[in-house]
Amino acid sequence: MKLYHITNNTASSVAIADIPVVDYVELYGDLKLRMEDSRYHVAHYFATECERGLKFYIIILDDKTSEVLISSFVPDYYAEGLASLTAVHPQFHPFEREINELYGVHFDRHPWLKPLRFSHDRRNKLSTMDTYPFYTIAGDELHEVNVGPIHAGIIEPGAFRFICNGEQVLHLEIALGYQHRGVESEMLRDNNSLRRTLIAESIAGDTAVGHATAYAELVEKLADRSVESDLMLERMIAIELERIAMHIADTGALATDIGFQLYQVACEALRTVVINTTQAWCGNRFGKSLIRPLGTNHPMTEAKRELIIKNITDVRRRYEELRADILEDHTLLARFEQCGLVPKSEMERIGGVGQAARASGLRRDIRATHPSGYYATEHSHESIVKQDGDVMSRLMMRLDEVLQSADVILNTLASYKPTAKLSAPDYFAKLHAEHLSFSLVEGWRGEICHVALTDSEGNIAKYKIKDPSLHNWLGLAIAVRSEGISDFPINNKSFNLSYCGHDL
Amino acid sequence: MLIKLLNTLLMIVVALSITGVINRTRAILAGRKGIRFFQHIYNARLMLSKGAVYSPTTTVLFRIAPCVYLGAAIVAFLFIPIADLEPILSFHGDIILVAYLLALSRIAIVLAALDTGSSFEGMGAAREALYGALVEPALMMALATLALFCGYSSFADIFATAQETDTNLTIVMLLLAYVFLIIMIIESGRVPVDDPRTHLELTMIHEVMCLDYSGIDLAMINIAGWLKNAIWAVIAANAVSVVVCFHWEFATPLAILGTGITIGCIESLRARNKLSRNITYILTIVAMSALVLLTGFLLYQNIDI
Repeated sequence: MKLYHITNNTASSVAIADIPVVDYVELYGDLKLRMEDSRYHVAHYFATECERGLKFYIIILDDKTSEVLISSFVPDYYAEGLASLTAVHPQFHPFEREINELYGVHFDRHPWLKPLRFSHDRRNKLSTMDTYPFYTIAGDELHEVNVGPIHAGIIEPGAFRFICNGEQVLHLEIALGYQHRGVESEMLRDNNSLRRTLIAESIAGDTAVGHATAYAELVEKLADRSVESDLMLERMIAIELERIAMHIADTGALATDIGFQLYQVACEALRTVVINTTQAWCGNRFGKSLIRPLGTNHPMTEAKRELIIKNITDVRRRYEELRADILEDHTLLARFEQCGLVPKSEMERIGGVGQAARASGLRRDIRATHPSGYYATEHSHESIVKQDGDVMSRLMMRLDEVLQSADVILNTLASYKPTAKLSAPDYFAKLHAEHLSFSLVEGWRGEICHVALTDSEGNIAKYKIKDPSLHNWLGLAIAVRSEGISDFPINNKSFNLSYCGHDL
Repeated sequence: MLIKLLNTLLMIVVALSITGVINRTRAILAGRKGIRFFQHIYNARLMLSKGAVYSPTTTVLFRIAPCVYLGAAIVAFLFIPIADLEPILSFHGDIILVAYLLALSRIAIVLAALDTGSSFEGMGAAREALYGALVEPALMMALATLALFCGYSSFADIFATAQETDTNLTIVMLLLAYVFLIIMIIESGRVPVDDPRTHLELTMIHEVMCLDYSGIDLAMINIAGWLKNAIWAVIAANAVSVVVCFHWEFATPLAILGTGITIGCIESLRARNKLSRNITYILTIVAMSALVLLTGFLLYQNIDI
């Protein structure tokens, strides 16, 4: 029996009828073996209500062949529970926790079905943030330190519970959900595509371009319409600009956390140049309003092209000098090297994605493994991978990716003749009925996955969002184990995960 | 009497200015204009005019700690001469008193931090107590070297007598100035040991112990911090001026600018230590101090090395 519908990230949407509805026991047996190979990881796994109870969809990515495997199953309404995939492959944990929280589905042998984000439509209304079941260890030698949910500075809310032996962290548990805004249900409130784009832009404020691109590509697949090559190119420029800006900001933030003023101010100044460039292009420093489905309101002009080339050339030169200084600074290296190790094997187990996974030697990069848009057609991306998995590796990823992204932008724009005649956005495109559409985009933080299901009239009936943070938060908890508690902030910054992207 | 008053006045100037010089140095190195030179004083004045908020879990210990902290610092402050001037208070053996007055202020703030019951403050108190215990040998050996060389055990006499410039004295005094400068960095919680500007509670040492203090109490703690800075800065500057030019006209600006600019540069141009490396860092200063004491002893005995 066929277990999966096989497609890829450039194909159009999939008719729901084409997705095999399989027996969970068989799927479980296959996934148990299949996921041992690190070429596979789970992109999304969710349940949706149907007439026979719940229908589950699971999307698996194959990094080697660029294939996307989609399967579904409808468990018996009276079934006692499903065998937990988390028990064999921990990377399923946020998805199973979410399904359990929303629908009360029990997963047998799941280590601990804790609530994920306290959605408003959760099954058990008695489960609240105040009753979150933190892990505890008894012992006179140990003490607990609770940080948050309200933090100093401009950090979003999230509770961190450390169990420490003196200065050494034995265990860190991260409880999120404070930023839950009901994004997924807001996406369904009405059929206004512009409104959905605006919501997508605010899923995670630092990944506006990434999430908006994910939404736009998803709609384009559902409408089965392709966009001009020039538009794809401009979207790539936008997402790489966002990557440069955020990576520079993180370089500065890491310097701040070790009290290193010079690199901090240098990075702050550089980032401003980059986001001001985005502002000059579309009127918003974070690239909001730049990405729209099926077109754009801000086509690049010759003047804007020249401005981007000029600014990015300048930023690249200055950042390269900074990079050379950072790599030679022994006080900085002493802080970052061998701190917060996440070995490759752990990254594989938790299904890590994005630059944090690449810093641990795990080559997960949608631009290379599941390219879409300009990455699939004109530009072939070569991922940067580091091996050590420490804070320094995660910093090195940023140091190198900024230069790489700058080169991509400069090389692409060098031969680009902007016509400024790109089509205007179309918010009223007719969508396929009874289809499943997904989009995979490599944001600066990692793999963004949006999934939508349409009903019989072609309206979006289910919208699921996954920010890379969902995978990687566990990576942070693993990184700080056996580190000093005072090194938590630099580890946190080196991942720089999104709270609202997780909480939705 | 006038000299004693001048001394105290200058000490106050030093205490008020060092933070300003540090801030200005940092701002210049960061390419910024920076805040007003005396902004920290305006801030303290603002806090002094405010009331304080107390957590219901705290006891009287928490409330008297800022007074003890500031009181001990003020008394210690009055023993310190600037170069050739005379301090208000002075007696034989006052170097020991000054050292332990500062230890008293430390124990007061550590106990107050533990009194809050906050896990952050407990952590900060543990760190402060550890570093305080580690830096004490360095301080005592440095003071012993001074006493040994000059044959007196009060700050006023030590610096008043140690004036005949010879090579031995120059070596010992310059080394001592360095030791006192590092002790100042450790005691006042500056980079690389601590970072007074961080907002990350988990990495703090001194600041985290004052998290529950507000208003007038916080102002008292900050002012005590300035006084302590002045004590170390002036002792270090005195050690240098004994060699170069033993006059208050030289020692006062040296204390302000020398320490202020040095700390400002350090804070701009290097990263903080990993917290576990602080112990190594402090022990290095202890070793340095022991070396100074040994060198001083050998030179004092005129043993031919």
